[in-house]
This record gives sequence, C-alpha cells and structure tokens, in this order.
Amino acid sequence: MARRSTTRIIGGRLLQALPVIFLATFIVFSILKLIPGDIAVTLAGDNATDARLDEIRALYGLDQPFFVQYGAWLWKAVQGDLSRSLLSGEPVIAAIARQFPNTLLIVFIAIIISLTVGVPLGIAAAIKPGGVIDRLVTFVSSLGIATPYFWLGMLLVDLFALRLNWLPATGAKSLSVAPLDAIQHAILPAMAIAAGGIAAISRQLRASLMDILSSQFVRTLTAKGLSPSAILWKHGLKNVGVNLLTVTGLLVNNMLAATVVVEAVFAIPGMGNLIVRAAIQRDLPMVQGVIFAMVIVVILVNLITDLLCATIDPRIEA
Amino acid sequence: MDAMTAPAPSDTPLLSIRGLGIRFRTAQGDWQATRDVSFDIARGERLGIVGESGCGKTITGLSMLRLLPPRVATVEGTIGFEGKNLVDCAARDMRRVRGRRIGMIFQEPMSALDPVFTVGDQIAESLRVHQTISKADARARAIEMLKRVGIASPERRVDDFPHQLSGGMRQRVMIAAALICQPQLLIADEPTTALDVTVQAQILDLLRELSASSDTALMLITHDIGVVAESCTRMLTMYAGEVIEDAPVDDALRRPLHPYTSGLLRSLPHLSERRSKLPSIPGRVPTLNMPTGCRFQPRCSHATQGCERPQALLDAGDRPGSGRRVRCWRFRDIDLPGVVH
Ligand SMILES: Nc1ncnc2c1ncn2[C@@H]1O[C@H](COP(=O)(O)OP(=O)(O)OP(=O)(O)O)[C@@H](O)[C@H]1O
Ligand code: SF4
Ligand SMILES: [Mg+2]
Repeated sequence: MARRSTTRIIGGRLLQALPVIFLATFIVFSILKLIPGDIAVTLAGDNATDARLDEIRALYGLDQPFFVQYGAWLWKAVQGDLSRSLLSGEPVIAAIARQFPNTLLIVFIAIIISLTVGVPLGIAAAIKPGGVIDRLVTFVSSLGIATPYFWLGMLLVDLFALRLNWLPATGAKSLSVAPLDAIQHAILPAMAIAAGGIAAISRQLRASLMDILSSQFVRTLTAKGLSPSAILWKHGLKNVGVNLLTVTGLLVNNMLAATVVVEAVFAIPGMGNLIVRAAIQRDLPMVQGVIFAMVIVVILVNLITDLLCATIDPRIEA
Repeated sequence: MDAMTAPAPSDTPLLSIRGLGIRFRTAQGDWQATRDVSFDIARGERLGIVGESGCGKTITGLSMLRLLPPRVATVEGTIGFEGKNLVDCAARDMRRVRGRRIGMIFQEPMSALDPVFTVGDQIAESLRVHQTISKADARARAIEMLKRVGIASPERRVDDFPHQLSGGMRQRVMIAAALICQPQLLIADEPTTALDVTVQAQILDLLRELSASSDTALMLITHDIGVVAESCTRMLTMYAGEVIEDAPVDDALRRPLHPYTSGLLRSLPHLSERRSKLPSIPGRVPTLNMPTGCRFQPRCSHATQGCERPQALLDAGDRPGSGRRVRCWRFRDIDLPGVVH
C-alpha cells in the first residue's frame, strides 16, 4: 500500500509541475517584454546606429514575434538547454550552478535554526498553555512575524558585523570556491530569515500539538497507563509530524523567495543576486533560467514533503 | 506477584465506592454533577449502569480511573480498590492500576485509537507499559489477543492502521488492548452506541463471554435496559447524579422498588429485543433547582408529604444483607410493576 501511494505521489507531482513551470516562465517572460527598455541598446552601446541595432536584434532573435521567442526558449529548456546570457555569453546553467549553492546554504542554515529553536519552544508552549513560556512564545512569534527580514538583516549586520565584528557583513565568495568563507557569510542572512521561521514553526507546533493532546485517543492512552510524557513524546510528536513537515516545506519555499532581498542586503552571490541583476539588464535567458531552476526546486521540496508525510501518516494517499 | 495483586478474601468486594461526589467548576459557577454515589463491584460480577442522559454515568466511570479533567473537576469520597483509594493515591500508583488492573473502553472506537500507529502496536503497548517484554513477544501476544476478540486473520490485521478497520473491528481492538493485561475489572462506557445494530450484539456477546471466561468483572454503562437484562448480573439505576436503585438484575426486572426504575421498565415493549432504548418518562431531570429530599419528586406519581425529607440510599433487601438498595421513602408502601413475571 505504502509503495503504491509513493509512486502515485511522485506521478501526481510531476504532472502538476509541468503547468507550473510553463506558467511561471511565461509570466516572467511577458513581464520583461512588456516593461520598457531594450537589451539591444545595452548590447550595442549608446551610439549605435539603427542598422546595428536591427542586426543585433536579428542575431538574438529579438525581432521575432513574442510567442515565437518564448516557444524557442521553452523548446530548448525542456531539452535541458537554458541558453546563454545575452550579456556575458556564459551558459545560464553554469551561472546557476555557481550561484545556487550560496542561496541553498542560506536557506538550509535558516531551516536548521528555525527547527532547533522553534520546535522546543512550540512543545514547551503546548505543554503548559497560558504559562510563562507559552506567553513568551506568543509574544516573540508575533514579533518574528511582524519584523521585515531585510530590516532585521540590517540590524544583524550592525550588531554582529560592525559592532562586535564576529561575522562578516559582505564580500561572500561562492560555496564551491571557498566553503568556509561562504558558510560564515551565510550565517547572518540565515538568521535574518530564520526569525520568521521560528515564529511560524513554534506557533504551528503549539497549535497542532495542543489539538492532538486534547483528542479522544489521548484519554485511551491514559487509561492504558501511559505517563503524560510517554503520550507527548511518542504519540504527540508522531501525530504532529505531518503538520511540522508541511510547515517546514512551506517555509523552505518562502525562504527561497526571501533570499532575493536578503542577498541584496548582504551582497551574497546567490540566485537572488543573479536574478535581480539579470532583470535590471533585461538578460532574458538568465532571468528565465533562474525562475526555471527555482520552480523545480520548489516542486522537489513539495514532493519530498509529501513523501515524508505519507510515511508518517498512513491515512495520506496522495 | 506483588502484594497489590494478592487475592483478597472472597467476601470483600473487588471495588468499593463510597460517597463519590463529582463537582465541576464552570463559567456559571460550581456544579455538583453527582453526589453520594456508593456501590460495590464483586469479583467477576457484571454490573449494568442505566439512567437518563446526563445523570452522571460517564463521569462516574471516568472518575474511577481518574480521567476527569483535573482543572475543572473535583472528586470527593473514596474508591477503594486493592487496598488503595483511587481518589487520592499517588499518580504513579494510579498509572499502575490503569490498563493493568482496571481496563476501560469508550463509546467512540473511531477516535479512541491513535491514527498513526498500527493496531498491533497499540495493543502491545498496553502490555509494554506494565511489564518488561520483548517487542516480538508483545507482538505475538497482541496477535493472540486479536484472535481472542474474534478478529479474522489476526497475523495480517495486526499491522493494519485503525482507519483500515470497520467500527466493530476497532471496538474489538479496543477490547483487546484493554484486556491484554488481564485486569480485574473492565469499564465499558456505551461500547456499542456508535456501531451498526448487528455489530452491537456481537460486541456485547464478546464482552459477556470474555468477562465470564476470564472472571473479569464488567461495569457496563448503557442506555439499553435490554442489554443489562441479557448481559449483566446486577443493575444500578442513576437519576440526577444519584444512585436510586441497586439490585440483582432479575429482582430489578421482576419487582423494581423505585418508581423511576419501574417507569423505565414499564415502557419497554419487548425486553427480549435488544434495541429497547431507555423509554421516555414524562418530565425532565432537574438540573439547577434540585428539589430537597427526593430528586424524583416533581416527576413521581407516588410523591407525597415526607418525600422532601433528606434522603439516603436505604437497605431494601428481602433478606438482610442481600445488597438490594433503593432511594425512595415509600418503597415498602407502593407496589410497582416490573416486566418479567
Ligand atoms: N467537563 C465537564 N465540565 C462541566 N460539566 C460536565 C463535564 N463533563 C460532564 N459534565 C456534566 O456532568 C453531567 C453528567 O455527565 P455524564 O457525561 O456523566 O452523563 P451520562 O450519564 O454519561 O449521559 P449520557 O447518557 O448522555 O452519556 C452532565 O450534566 C454533564 O453536563
Ligand atoms: S421518595 Fe417519594 S417522590 Fe421520591 S420516588 Fe419515592 S415516592 Fe416518589
Ligand atoms: Mg455517557
């Protein structure tokens, strides 16, 4: 049974992925086409003649109708070719391979922080609703949700980098080039986006654990002679597992989006950095490629979340 | 075996409840849900508890394993069991009674099992809480227990999750988990109300059979006097938070001593049929303004002057010490019809 539902989940997810990839890239393509500005001008230089501009447009297919351009890009993309940057000529895949690890590193550290702080807080709050820890969690998580992470990022830079000089503020290198350096640089941005993560996880865990602990089967367990702690750690945690995984999956997606801003604050050479630069310069293949990669990662995260949920909760069948 | 499980002299009851009162703290103030509840359960006895909705059957059962919400409920009186008072013994001692010496099953087998553990795990868990036993042995015992409660191909079912079983099977699983430690007493609170009619009879037969074959006492809470007539040896009638009659089933059916019990019986069409729900008796259970003295006064056709005197459960045995008790001032004067002649 479990195996059948696994293949069903994977199949269903992949089918869902196709229209998402299609829609996301199409929308981004349209937006970049609609807003004013012309890459041909950038490429040709300021005092290029009209003839030279036309030449360049023809060279890159920019003179083709909108749908043809999109179709051509998509056709190559599904074959694994994300084209080259219009500006640097670098293969888009290579740029992504260089920058994505930095972004993933930030998100990874942020998730670890969110879980290690948020889970104990949520459990402590659920055990004694209305108690000191519970009220503290409610307060801190309201703060965590209300604080914009770019602002928090700047506060962190001010405190840890400029005043205490513990961690570097900017100047990160790529993870593949200088791993230790990249990790050091990832800590502050990760902390900035982890605040919201801690808030989300502790809140969600508190609510769903309280829900579970007040359900009927807990009375059965008590009547069987289990201690309150056995009920909490064995039955309570397994029952909230699905909820926790779902929140964590959503959080990964949100954090990927948040890195766009946070990377700018900390000048991290990640995906956010890549897409912002490419968008400003109208480097269409680059923007498209980054979106494409992001969507695939989001889909993978959702898929993994669903598969894990199905192994925890036998009632889930895609 | 430790001292706790050493057999007591056979004339002392297995469980002895005296002056049990349950009080709830509510938004409208304190509310005394039951008072002066006293009864015994003998070894191997099958006691049926009946009474209208809200009279306090469930909370009495829950209080015996101390399962009432501690923040809102206060319990007074004593529940004597194997040398301890379950009302105030240490939490540790209480846990050693729960599931091991007294088992309990509930009305809703759908929600009473943990959805993310297999039924085998949950049956074996009852055993593993109370004794050191290997996982494999516990599993073998769980399979054996599933077989005893009448589940077909238990070797396969042991790995099923609750949602894969029907309501009747889940209740069988509950029974298996409650009886695997061979407790002295099983409390069953309306164990069949949520089930299909045909399944109800099977579960009741199973409970009676298991109770008889393993000499486990049964406390069966039900709305259905027919069930008591068929499954139980003694019947306890409750009204508005009090025990109003306590008698061997045959006596209670033939010659009820309390007008309320008589009213319940009289409107039973065919006692032999199982689906005879508690009939309606004119009037409602008083909740806020309890009458002084007999609480049944406003609905009683035999009420007269004197019924408002403070009232206790009176010994009404034909022979002294026969254990028949009734809470009615006039039980000697009035002759009430029963159902069996
Ligand atoms: N947690 C609680 N807080 C306040 N009052 C409660 C609580 N639990 C039960 N009661 C009250 O105690 C009284 C007895 O309830 P109980 O559930 O024992 O009735 P019952 O005889 O089992 O009825 P039924 O046949 O409907 O199951 C009811 O009036 C009920 O409202
Ligand atoms: S004491 Fe009086 S009112 Fe109460 S049941 Fe007996 S006769 Fe009726
Ligand atoms: Mg009840």
